[in-house]
Amino acid sequence: MDLMEYQAKELFAKHGVATTLGTVVETAEDARAAAEQIGGVTVIKAQVKAGGRGKAGGVKLAKTADEAFEHASNILGMEIKGLTVNRVLVTPATPPEEEYYFSFLLDRSNRQYLCIASVEGGVEIEEVAKTNPDAVKKIGIDPGKGVDAAKAREIATEAKFPEPVFEQAVKMIEDLYKVFVEEDATLVEVNPLARLAGDKLEALDGKVSLDDNASEVRHPDHAAFEIREEADPLEAKAKDLGLNYVKLDGQVGIIGNGAGLVMSTLDVVAYAGENHGGVKPANFLDIGGGANAQVMANGLDVILNDEQVKSVFVNVFGGITACDEVANGIKGALELLGDKATKPLVVRLDGNNVEQGRAILNELNHPLVTQVDTMDGAADKAAELANA
Amino acid sequence: MSIYLNKDSKIIVQGITGGMGAKHTALMLDSGATIVGGVNSRKAGTTVTHKDHDGNDVELPVFGTVAEAMKETGANVSVLFVPPAFTKDAAIEAIDAEMPLIVVITEGVPVQDTAEVWSYLQGKSTRMIGPNCPGIITPGESLAGITPHTIAGKGPVGLVSKSGTLTYQMMYELRDFGFSTAIGIGGDPIVGTTHIDALQAFEEDPETKVIVMIGEIGGDAEERAADYIKANITKPVVGYVAGFTAPEGKTMGHAGAIVSGSAGTAQAKKDALEAVGVKVGKTPSETAALARELLQAL
Repeated sequence: MDLMEYQAKELFAKHGVATTLGTVVETAEDARAAAEQIGGVTVIKAQVKAGGRGKAGGVKLAKTADEAFEHASNILGMEIKGLTVNRVLVTPATPPEEEYYFSFLLDRSNRQYLCIASVEGGVEIEEVAKTNPDAVKKIGIDPGKGVDAAKAREIATEAKFPEPVFEQAVKMIEDLYKVFVEEDATLVEVNPLARLAGDKLEALDGKVSLDDNASEVRHPDHAAFEIREEADPLEAKAKDLGLNYVKLDGQVGIIGNGAGLVMSTLDVVAYAGENHGGVKPANFLDIGGGANAQVMANGLDVILNDEQVKSVFVNVFGGITACDEVANGIKGALELLGDKATKPLVVRLDGNNVEQGRAILNELNHPLVTQVDTMDGAADKAAELANA
Repeated sequence: MSIYLNKDSKIIVQGITGGMGAKHTALMLDSGATIVGGVNSRKAGTTVTHKDHDGNDVELPVFGTVAEAMKETGANVSVLFVPPAFTKDAAIEAIDAEMPLIVVITEGVPVQDTAEVWSYLQGKSTRMIGPNCPGIITPGESLAGITPHTIAGKGPVGLVSKSGTLTYQMMYELRDFGFSTAIGIGGDPIVGTTHIDALQAFEEDPETKVIVMIGEIGGDAEERAADYIKANITKPVVGYVAGFTAPEGKTMGHAGAIVSGSAGTAQAKKDALEAVGVKVGKTPSETAALARELLQAL
């Protein structure tokens, strides 16, 4: 799960990283009140999970509370990279004297952690990485050893943090590593890491991505970071039903078992769609190993509620789950849904107990259900029906 | 011949008394694999009973520790069906016992736990497969994991895949040829055995004639594998990559399958593989057809 700036800063503060939390508001009126309370010049910052907020006009300086109101009115409701801004963060304006970049992240290629640090550039880090790669230090972290005071000092030295803020940098590196490991993050980024007036080091902006597996296993408090209103309503419904669902922009609903096979199914449907008016897959939905009637019914219920969906492709390879169980799942789902099932279903079953599975659906002889024996053939049929 | 797993493999199951552990112990026994016991510290000294392939009851001892299980049974493979919260400790216990091969089936393991296990493994004798994987099957010889043993038999194809169900699909597509070994390495961001490890092992395995490699979006494992193939692999390789239509920045079930920016896209992986002479299919069936051509030309 990616966090918004204000959420990332909450975690920074929790672990002792110097930052200014500011006030999160959802209306321009509240932005005015917040700016008044903070006093002086404030920054109004759009809170969305996307980079480039400043360039999109989502970050503005306000000299007065009225200006804060005005900027917040403009920013709230704005779209940044397809995301609607529903809240803004109001913080005191603290112009940096220098901007640095710092992050810890999971380095999957080398199966360890990586620290990236640069004192040459904050927000323009990507540009610096291109024009002056030596100024961007990359330091591998052994997950078994982690970052202690000595390692933090080594990183600060290598990154060449200037003397007046050096000790603050060492402490901040240690604390940011605490955010990384104690919160089970896959990314902790401070950009810019600012040197403010009086040689004070502070995290002016932050980005944190949390590992969903770890949140599930040992961070029940992370659930509070989930902002439900922003999730697509169908995705929210699927989540409530415990389904692994991602809404896409297409006409062929997809249900399958196993993440790899479902991803593959999306591709095969997209290829088939090229011959049928350019129809595309409408979603990703992995029902996992236990494709019983209830799971199948829940999956169909979500997909059939997608107004864009014109046909549904159920693609199951019976591995551990036998095809007859899946066929009974489909049969049960159609019974559970009754009149709510209105769109054609193309079913492809293969693998364990395939003959029994196909026989169950043949016997059911449901007007909405078509069986096709191969994945490619079934994708073609589903695309054809979606284009009808 | 085969890779990593053969008829002499003696398997224990960590988490043998749990739901998944019990179900798949029975299925592994049914496949003809040699299962010699299990581990659960709270149920040490008890036994569990399952049927073998011939329908005879097999009584399996439950040990308190992996070390004890190895000492008593001579086990050289451990399959882990331990809940995600305890997977790290279970894996470290097996590594400390110098278990030669551990196969971590568990899904949902925190990635930092896997990173720590990987770090711990360095310089030690254990090979880890997984986590979040279907495991490994050498048809007709042994099965360490959850791959259905009925899909395909023994043959000349070596298969390595990130995804479980795509492994099954590909085994099904090429069931008339059969497999030396099929290994599902898992879709997590960090796994113990990579495409490259499996490619190297298949290259060295005389029984493997054609290698099929299945990848998916996320990371750069396929691109690295392409470099490795160019420098080290003489056997023909056929590839497939899932996730061409996956939208940027969305996780598709596997924690590793997330596209961010240009690197890690299916197209980038396909291009990298084709650049080193790997034939890449657009769909699983087309991939199987490409493998079939190579197999028929043998």
